[in-house]
Amino acid sequence: MNQFQYTRPAETAVAIKSLAKEPNGYFLAGGTNLVDMMKMGLVVPDKLIDINRLPLKKIERTPTGIHIGALASNSEVAEHAYIKAQYPLLALAINAGASPQLRNMATVGGNLMQRTRCPYFFDTAMPCNKRTPGSGCGALQGINRMHALFGASDKCIAVNPSDMNVAMAALDATIHVTGVKGPRAINIGDFHRLPGDHPELDNTLQKGELITSVDLPAASSAYNKHVYYLKIRDRTSYAFALVSVAAALHIENNTITGARLAMGGVAHKPWRLTAAEIFLKGKAITEDNFKQAAQIAMQGAKAYEYNKFKLKLAPNAIVQSLKLATGLAS
Amino acid sequence: MSTTKPFTPTDGEDNSNGTRRDFLKQTSLLTAIALTPGTVVKAAENQWDEKFAGVFEKQALHLEVNGVKHELMVEPRVTLLEVLREYLDLTGTKKGCDRGQCGACTVHVNGVRINSCLSLALTNDGKKITTIEGLAKEEELHPMQEAFIKHDGFQCGYCTSGQIMSAVALLKEGHTGSETEIREFMSGNICRCGAYPNIVKAIQEVKGGMV
Repeated sequence: MNQFQYTRPAETAVAIKSLAKEPNGYFLAGGTNLVDMMKMGLVVPDKLIDINRLPLKKIERTPTGIHIGALASNSEVAEHAYIKAQYPLLALAINAGASPQLRNMATVGGNLMQRTRCPYFFDTAMPCNKRTPGSGCGALQGINRMHALFGASDKCIAVNPSDMNVAMAALDATIHVTGVKGPRAINIGDFHRLPGDHPELDNTLQKGELITSVDLPAASSAYNKHVYYLKIRDRTSYAFALVSVAAALHIENNTITGARLAMGGVAHKPWRLTAAEIFLKGKAITEDNFKQAAQIAMQGAKAYEYNKFKLKLAPNAIVQSLKLATGLAS
Repeated sequence: MSTTKPFTPTDGEDNSNGTRRDFLKQTSLLTAIALTPGTVVKAAENQWDEKFAGVFEKQALHLEVNGVKHELMVEPRVTLLEVLREYLDLTGTKKGCDRGQCGACTVHVNGVRINSCLSLALTNDGKKITTIEGLAKEEELHPMQEAFIKHDGFQCGYCTSGQIMSAVALLKEGHTGSETEIREFMSGNICRCGAYPNIVKAIQEVKGGMV
């Protein structure tokens, strides 16, 4: 690992100022992604601003829902009694990711910032527009079985690796950030971006901005009874998703009165299935309706040489997650 | 410019003269001189070695490891794992993948299990660390250590200290309701020998209070 300067401020304002002064500086939180990338030579910072002492750890109920401090660990969120009761989809998704040790270290803010696990991004001998803009995309003609079905570009077909983000998308999270220009709020749908011509940008944070919290609205807590997070991966545990589905339904009198659906492992951002959600509203709980919803969700999907299996796996996963959420399957 | 000492191959690396480590250190210093201007050349001209130059970057680190307080000076890039092994000589904690994928480096920080390879030492300033060396009380092994021996929960043993540290934390976390749950919550510790069934048995036994 290269040598770098290190500071550990206790106040958010100081941390932001400290980063603003350093063009090649990074915030360090749990370190599970950043330190790994530094060891691989993917990130070579001049300065790390360790934000672990900032007062951003609190998880608390608010009049509008729940406030999750950006430095709350993934484990703290997944084990939080109110979150487990009211936003179980989030707890299920977090526990489907990484390992207990990593979840104890990794923070909510860091998970939002997690970079892709595309092997061409991690291999510095290969071209990657995300790592080195303009160098090309190794995955496009390479072994692309882990890669995107939706929203990719000819510059980048990598996917967002996070499970937490998929649940956050389904639960309509708002991300609060602050920077030298002051605080602002970003809807989760506008936080991560599609690669387009600038795959080096994973999200819409401005230089120097710091995530301070993620808030979930009270309305999303209505989706706490019929819930499933289905993650399909190469081994039973501790692997990134080939495809994952976050499904949460509100049901009255055997009728779906509202649906929240999002997919992971299929796009550069957590992929909310809005059209399928609209279709399911007012429908009965039947496998046929779930299949139609899956078909709608898959419109516009585009596969590459080695990930064509996802064109079948993804809709099957949508149907299965809905069946598991509603008790049609167990 | 300094001249190198004659290179004498030796088996060990702790001799005072002509060791491989000195040779490597000096040749890399010469490479550095060839490649970099300014302060590095000046440092080399003055025959400072890289350790001395590094002092400027070091910061104070306070740790309580297995009940013993330590105060050290470390570079920011040093991980907690490296401090334990290289500075404090606590080599029970293993470096496996060094990338947070295998769990061999698992230790407890303020009672919570983490991968010490991905945690910068300075992040842990002021914290209490427990390593595998801190589990036994005098000659009396921790029940989890006893159970691993009884159930043959290892072959080569390289992953074992990480497995045991994870298992001890798991009991406290409470995700031990079934074999499936234990396997899921032990999935951050990889064992290439495949001792998993016996590791699960050891955990189940300690959970049941049978040891």
